[in-house]
Amino acid sequence: MIRQPIVAHIPDLRRYARALTGDVWAADDLVQDTLERACSRWRLWLAGTDLRKWLFTLMHNLFINQVRQGLTRAKLVPTIDLEDVAAELRAPDTSLSFAIDLQRCLLRLPDEQRAVLLLVTMEEMSYQEVAKITGVAVGTVMSRLSRARGRMRELLDEPKERPAATKLGSNTQMAAPVLRRMK
Amino acid sequence: MTNSVNPDEMHALVDKLQPEAQNLALETLAVQDPQAAETLASWLQQRAALRELHRDVLAEPIPAPLLQAAGRFSEMQHHLNASWRQAGIAASFVLAFGVGWIANGQFVGNQAPSAVLAKGMAQHEFVRQASFAHAVYLPEKRHPVEVTAAEQDHLVQWLSKRLGKPLKVPKLSALGYELVGGRLLPGDIGARAQFMFQDAQGQRITLYLGAVDQKSEKMDPGETKFRYEADGQVPSFYWFDQGFGYALAGQISREKLIALATLVYQQL
Repeated sequence: MIRQPIVAHIPDLRRYARALTGDVWAADDLVQDTLERACSRWRLWLAGTDLRKWLFTLMHNLFINQVRQGLTRAKLVPTIDLEDVAAELRAPDTSLSFAIDLQRCLLRLPDEQRAVLLLVTMEEMSYQEVAKITGVAVGTVMSRLSRARGRMRELLDEPKERPAATKLGSNTQMAAPVLRRMK
Repeated sequence: MTNSVNPDEMHALVDKLQPEAQNLALETLAVQDPQAAETLASWLQQRAALRELHRDVLAEPIPAPLLQAAGRFSEMQHHLNASWRQAGIAASFVLAFGVGWIANGQFVGNQAPSAVLAKGMAQHEFVRQASFAHAVYLPEKRHPVEVTAAEQDHLVQWLSKRLGKPLKVPKLSALGYELVGGRLLPGDIGARAQFMFQDAQGQRITLYLGAVDQKSEKMDPGETKFRYEADGQVPSFYWFDQGFGYALAGQISREKLIALATLVYQQL
């Protein structure tokens, strides 16, 4: 049995949190909360079981709680500035703007869909693992994945009406009619 | 979507196939169902892009507060504390407990001898005395114990009185070990007790217990640490709980010893 120390999972958790929240600070806060919760609940973790899966489960629950309490949106929207995000990404210009687009589209997905899509692709988890982590049936994972992929495709294909310094605040306004269309 | 491929199959194509197989699927679909092929191509692109997103974060140094939190978690894994006993969820307890011990044994085993010594001379001394007592009385044919199991009530009363703490003899019959008896031994700051158990094949194990000098201990007296000691002549598990030390020793496999130590811990 390979026992990876908890530290070995932090880079993955940070990256996933970054994509989930779209914000550098909110992401690390989420990772910090996850680790703190791991500390307070470590007795509930059966040593020898999959630590990575457990940490992602803790993080998912924390994230969803934050979303339900309206914390994430309220906290995130004023703090995200695409110029800040741009400074974070070290890549050639084209892939840089693509990464920004991608992140922007991700943030326009409903939270549960974004989580599922990221766990499957970025974290390369199986559908069964994602079902356990998000606490839903595999069928629900599949339908969320379908909706997320369909939606991402639409969003990425949309003509880019993005001035360089667009704030996410305005993105949320843009997102509102789109969300209505989904119903 | 009027796909020849249903959505679940499409996801599987994207998430589970090797690139060569994906290319083949793309080519096939392009002929059979161009619309599905387009969807597949788009999803594949998405997946590839998402796998690259924020990849630079992976290489970033981990911020100190996160490292600290992780450090606390690792510490806790190695230190089972007594409140767990009160929380006591039996099933998870036994499992996590045993594995925790194994981890702990490895952890200690990796440390330099000086680091182990620094953990507290009193504990070190306790373990040394435990294995000494084990080695002395184990082979004893005629007088392995002072008071035999036949007089168990008397044995418990007597040792409880001498150690200044109500004792209980753990029942290990579930794992095939019956009490042979016990004896009183001298310790650093008072009396110590040794219980001996034996299985049907005559294999003996001993449980050594008694107060440990707290003054020279660095750890919180309420804290329990579990360690596996295999360096000496006799493999043993030992732990400390509220100023009292326990050492279970025997020439048996580590797994068996864990199981027995778990039983002991649950009953004390």
